[in-house]
Amino acid sequence: MPKDHGIGASQKRREDVRFLTGAGNYTDDINVYNQAYVYFLRSDVAHAKIKAVDTQAAAAMPGVVRIFTGKDFEGIGGLPCGWQVTDKNGEVMKEPPHPVLAQGKVRHVGDPIAAVVADSLEEARNAAEAIELDLEELPPVVDMKAALQPGATKVHDDIADNLCYDWQFGSETGDVDAAFAGAAHVTTLELVNNRLVANPMEPRVAVGEYSRADDMSTLYTTSQNPHVIRLLMGAFVLGIPEHKLRVVAPDVGGGFGTKIFHYAEEAFCTFAARQLNRPVKWTSSRTEAFMSDAHGRDHVTKIELALDADNNFVGLRTDTYANMGAYLSTFASSVPTWLHGTLMAGNYRTPAVQVNVKAVFTNTVPVDAYRGAGRPEATYQLERIIDKAARELNVDPIKLRRQNFITSFPYATPVAVEYDTGDYVATMDKMEELMDIPGFAARRAESEAKGKLRGLGVNCFIEACGIAPSNLVGQLGARAGLYDAATVRVNATGSISVLVGAHSHGQGHETVFPQVVAEMLGIDESMIDIVHGDTSKIPFGMGTYGSRSLAVCGSAMVRATEKIINKAKKIAAHLLEASEADIELKDGQFSVAGTDKSVAWGDVTLAAYVPHNYPLEDIEPGLEETAFYDPANFTYPAGAYACEVEVDPETGAVTIEKFVSADDFGNVINPMIVEGQVHGGIAQGIGQALLENCAYDENGQLLSASYMDYAMPRADNLPHLANYIVDHSCQTPCTHNPLGVKGCGEAGAIGSPPTVVNAVIDALRSGGHNVEHIDMPVSPSRVWAAMQS
Amino acid sequence: MAEVTMTVNGKTVTKSVKGNTLMTEFLRDELRLTGTHVGCDTSQCGACNIHVDGKLVKACTMFAGEADGARIATIEGQADADGTLNAIQAAFQEYHGLQCGFCTPGMVMAAAALLKDNPKPSEAEVRHHLEGNICRCTGYHNIVRAILAASGQDVPAVAAE
Repeated sequence: MPKDHGIGASQKRREDVRFLTGAGNYTDDINVYNQAYVYFLRSDVAHAKIKAVDTQAAAAMPGVVRIFTGKDFEGIGGLPCGWQVTDKNGEVMKEPPHPVLAQGKVRHVGDPIAAVVADSLEEARNAAEAIELDLEELPPVVDMKAALQPGATKVHDDIADNLCYDWQFGSETGDVDAAFAGAAHVTTLELVNNRLVANPMEPRVAVGEYSRADDMSTLYTTSQNPHVIRLLMGAFVLGIPEHKLRVVAPDVGGGFGTKIFHYAEEAFCTFAARQLNRPVKWTSSRTEAFMSDAHGRDHVTKIELALDADNNFVGLRTDTYANMGAYLSTFASSVPTWLHGTLMAGNYRTPAVQVNVKAVFTNTVPVDAYRGAGRPEATYQLERIIDKAARELNVDPIKLRRQNFITSFPYATPVAVEYDTGDYVATMDKMEELMDIPGFAARRAESEAKGKLRGLGVNCFIEACGIAPSNLVGQLGARAGLYDAATVRVNATGSISVLVGAHSHGQGHETVFPQVVAEMLGIDESMIDIVHGDTSKIPFGMGTYGSRSLAVCGSAMVRATEKIINKAKKIAAHLLEASEADIELKDGQFSVAGTDKSVAWGDVTLAAYVPHNYPLEDIEPGLEETAFYDPANFTYPAGAYACEVEVDPETGAVTIEKFVSADDFGNVINPMIVEGQVHGGIAQGIGQALLENCAYDENGQLLSASYMDYAMPRADNLPHLANYIVDHSCQTPCTHNPLGVKGCGEAGAIGSPPTVVNAVIDALRSGGHNVEHIDMPVSPSRVWAAMQS
Repeated sequence: MAEVTMTVNGKTVTKSVKGNTLMTEFLRDELRLTGTHVGCDTSQCGACNIHVDGKLVKACTMFAGEADGARIATIEGQADADGTLNAIQAAFQEYHGLQCGFCTPGMVMAAAALLKDNPKPSEAEVRHHLEGNICRCTGYHNIVRAILAASGQDVPAVAAE
């Protein structure tokens, strides 16, 4: 019988009821009395000098409260970057100013120039049309390699070569060169990791509010991490001390990374509400989201793999150009470096690995973390080149991977991280079993009989989650700690509010976190509620991203619950007139070991708040504990994925016919939710592989600024129910956090793109097409073109 | 401004609206029925799906004035008065067919329209019917299972067909 309670139970989600009945409370559902509305006038060109912004006529339009321009933000901080990268010459990265409203120049389509605040959105929009802009267009730089050429247009006047940093990491150059010099075989591949837009279905919203009575600012915002926004906006942009600033992220309709960052619109609404002494609301349209939400990926890479005569990997070298866009978004600089370079060893014991990354400014929307953030880019390169090497050496790609697996743990890679545990053979075995690899030949023959080409692609991956040990990331340039916090507040009658720093925007924390506390205390989940998303309620929190919620915040919650148990046992010992060492907690009952004396959970909690019979000389009344948890290491989820595709040679269309994921997430608290996370990640990975592309033309015009142009995965783009298995039965528990959990949110998005592309290449080659690589998205036109070449 | 009268989830509503007020704005801002969501501006995502005289409509594509005299159903009217979820809503919860919940009202309304016209759809029919709904969280897998289950069919059996 599967468990229906506590850790390991697929409990149905309690948050579903409000979402299914229209009772969710998303930021756009919040309206504050007397609120005004802001409409941002955004640049429709990629690069221009702002010669004049004449707001006179617009300001006289009906309903206009005030029009703000860059001038209003002179002397006010810009949007900060949270991670300082030091380049290979020991110099810190170039960090250009990122004003809330453009000052002097616009640098990408969507850069906000003016903000019109009016009584209604319609009046704000109408007035914005009456603003007279005098823009002197400048030539844009869009292509990264062109941006680095001498004489290229400068995105920022004082950054001559558009280079943010030139970073090198991993093994010494001499060691890598020696590995390649001594290699029996070297495989080389150049590829693009396509620019994506995260596209949570809820567009971003900000509502700023100000109370003169107590000088208190409140921001309601669509954020994955309200405390981070409070810190960045309060300390670096607007100069509001934390105790005068409350940030609330209520129900948030998906994040996928793009709602981590601090955005100009949040600062604007908070600032304007203070200036106007009136609430100000902004709701993004989808088109606006495409040109103002931070984008993801956009790497161009050359990767080389060296193998010895026995097909052992002996060296790996990568050269990547990473697009930063026009400004540095909050964590932009960390993505191609520490979140990418450190994963370049993958699941393999390659002794020499070197990663080189040039981060480049262009006249495009800023690029930052998107589901996986650096790890999908690392996995894609590595797993594509392993497939190519296998082909060149005429060895089975599964066998080549197996031969090079890391098999003993802990394992220190040449790229700075130490994997604590894993079993890559087990996930590969599981994948092969579920995929029925021996049956592939027959399935290929069936496809061929229908005139289709069928291909099999496999892929292994590792990711670093549970971000992150603060002392380590501090050494690497992070300007924040990456611990998390939880308070367990036990009420007098025994019910519990758990205040957590993690933020749930689809992950189901409100259901999963109580399962852990209920298991520890032996009480029912219905007695436990989770509180999150409001800096005025929760102690602190670094938020939810990098598959960290349970591994980091969940660990804090476990520690706080342990403190509760310790104190409750002291109270129980007093009530039972026994020694504390003899008190056992089971099924919500405190008992004296070896006796039938016991006292219930509720009796102990009541005694804590009504301390008539209570050890006041030893302990304080009340039952509330807080813990901060800083992880000792990253966690390292890993897996083996496979898929089969059919390619229609007439059209180049690719369909996914079968998909299997075999993941090792360590211990699993709620299998139903874990599987849902994997389904979602795989859908985004298949989207990247087959459909999605954020495209600019050579003038820096954003060509894909709506769902008419940006192909989101839809229900019929994904594998059929019967041919799709997500498995997480291989479990090597994390060795350093109390739950043994590793994180599951990003795995699907990391593991699936190379799986799909490997399968497409296999299909095409089976049809006699000598195709080595097709860049994502592997669209029908690209496949068809590759087949003709 | 023009006066419009319609029934919304069984209640008669009369309001003055401007000619350019969208049905999404009318429901969300005038009636405070905020379960109807706006996820795009090109009628692609389906988060704003409602029923107008029993037919599935994207509320962002119609003006409130066009609903004069119509019978409107929104997500807020799908559960019983005592809060009991209807069969589709219950199946979405049972099969984990939602994560962030933002697309969910539109999905539930789309599913209801499908099952009214086609009470026992195949998996392919469900997927085809959802072409006007985008979900970024679930990968649709559990939404498809939920809708098949809500139709009273055996999900693995339908999947194997």
